[in-house]
Amino acid sequence: MSESATPSFPKHLLDFRDWNRRQVESLLETAQMMQEVLARPVKKVPALTGFTVATVFFEPSTRTRISFELAARRMSADVVSFSGATSSTTKGETYRDTLRTLDQMGIDAYILRTDAAGVPHQAHRWLHKPVINAGDGWRAHPTQALLDAFTLREKLGSLEGKKIAIVGDILHSRVARSNAELLPMLGATVVACGPATLLPGSLPGATLTTSLREALYEADAVMVLRLQKERMEKGLLPSLPEYIAAYQVNRERLGWAKPQAPLLHPGPMNRDVELEGTLADSAQSLVERQVANGQAVRMAVLYHVLVGKS
Amino acid sequence: MIFKSKLLNEDEVRRALTRIAHEVIEKNKGVDRLCFVGIHTRGISLAKRLVDLVEKFEGKRVPMGILDITLYRDDLSEIGLQPKVRETRIPFDLGGKAVVLVDDVLYTGRTARAALDALIDQGRPSRIYLAVLVDRGHRELPIRADFVGKNLPTSKSEVVKVKTLEDDGEDAVELWEVEAS
Repeated sequence: MSESATPSFPKHLLDFRDWNRRQVESLLETAQMMQEVLARPVKKVPALTGFTVATVFFEPSTRTRISFELAARRMSADVVSFSGATSSTTKGETYRDTLRTLDQMGIDAYILRTDAAGVPHQAHRWLHKPVINAGDGWRAHPTQALLDAFTLREKLGSLEGKKIAIVGDILHSRVARSNAELLPMLGATVVACGPATLLPGSLPGATLTTSLREALYEADAVMVLRLQKERMEKGLLPSLPEYIAAYQVNRERLGWAKPQAPLLHPGPMNRDVELEGTLADSAQSLVERQVANGQAVRMAVLYHVLVGKS
Repeated sequence: MIFKSKLLNEDEVRRALTRIAHEVIEKNKGVDRLCFVGIHTRGISLAKRLVDLVEKFEGKRVPMGILDITLYRDDLSEIGLQPKVRETRIPFDLGGKAVVLVDDVLYTGRTARAALDALIDQGRPSRIYLAVLVDRGHRELPIRADFVGKNLPTSKSEVVKVKTLEDDGEDAVELWEVEAS
């Protein structure tokens, strides 16, 4: 068989620290090929036959888990699901013991979500197996950033020199952190915006601002984050109407960005809170496209992390 | 790798492809329901030539697709290097078609096996033929080609390189020897 090998890839996706631009771009190209698989009548290829993948979610999630599980199944991997909320962790077992128990059952790769930051890194050290971070605390959610980058590139072409605004609760957002890490690698400028109480002290890769106008001005794309209601209870926001008055992305404010600037949201969405409800269904919205692309991107991640020795 | 000899030159490649095109038309009794699918990378260039030749002889352009077999390889769980996944594009319905799969070299038969699976996942052709420019022997699977440009007995330490104008700047078939390490 004629060889046309990709650059070698890290056998894990914890964040983007171990990845370079060439590897990320190659992965996004593979995701493009996976789109073609998903467009077929038979949406399944035998590539990962014989591999067993575990989704281990210590924090509840439906869409990310389904997206990963479908991605693995469409590549013919066997999938087992472990849900921390309903399993032994509620009986006091530690992350480490839970993962080691699973490891005795012959798992080839782990897709891990935890409420605590850093657990996927630890797991990678404990298990010596590929680990894919599906979200750890406020720290990182690399496959979300990859699918955002993929969706943006599909719409805008190259991200070189493009300005991407991220609006909302930046402080508690792993999506913002991963995008601030990834998008500049692909040549984009990231401006993160929110009220001062919801901005971190610093965000490597991004410029921070409390001015929505400044963030959206001439932006090539706008990413809106979910505002969690419990932020009000913790006193970080005075009231919902005040947030909406200052930071909701609505039709008028979207006019500050470039004409037809695409709109992204990682979901789940609070309609008419962080985003004017009808905008989510407008032609500018890529929200549904993001979900569809998520599966192709995760198929590509599984392929690169599992196939080939490092 | 050490160059050993040129097995086919430009004219010989052209004649071999011309003969294959005639044989395909004859076996299929015309170009009705006929289509070509080229396997990455050189198979695509060769399939394009065959489509052109068929059009020249029969006055009708038949559809063509391209196929990447990477996700269908049987060695993905054990290989060292990660193969690049390339484009598959079959812009027509395969149902009821007579498909000519085109590859440059037939060797172990594993690429052809993977290509058959990949093709059948895309539709249900009425039949599938296999056309190759070179059959070099050493099959590991019960697979044979319907149309062969040239049968070339080789040893396993040799490498057969097919070059095409589109991919390599010239049409040729060359024999190389792997250096003993």
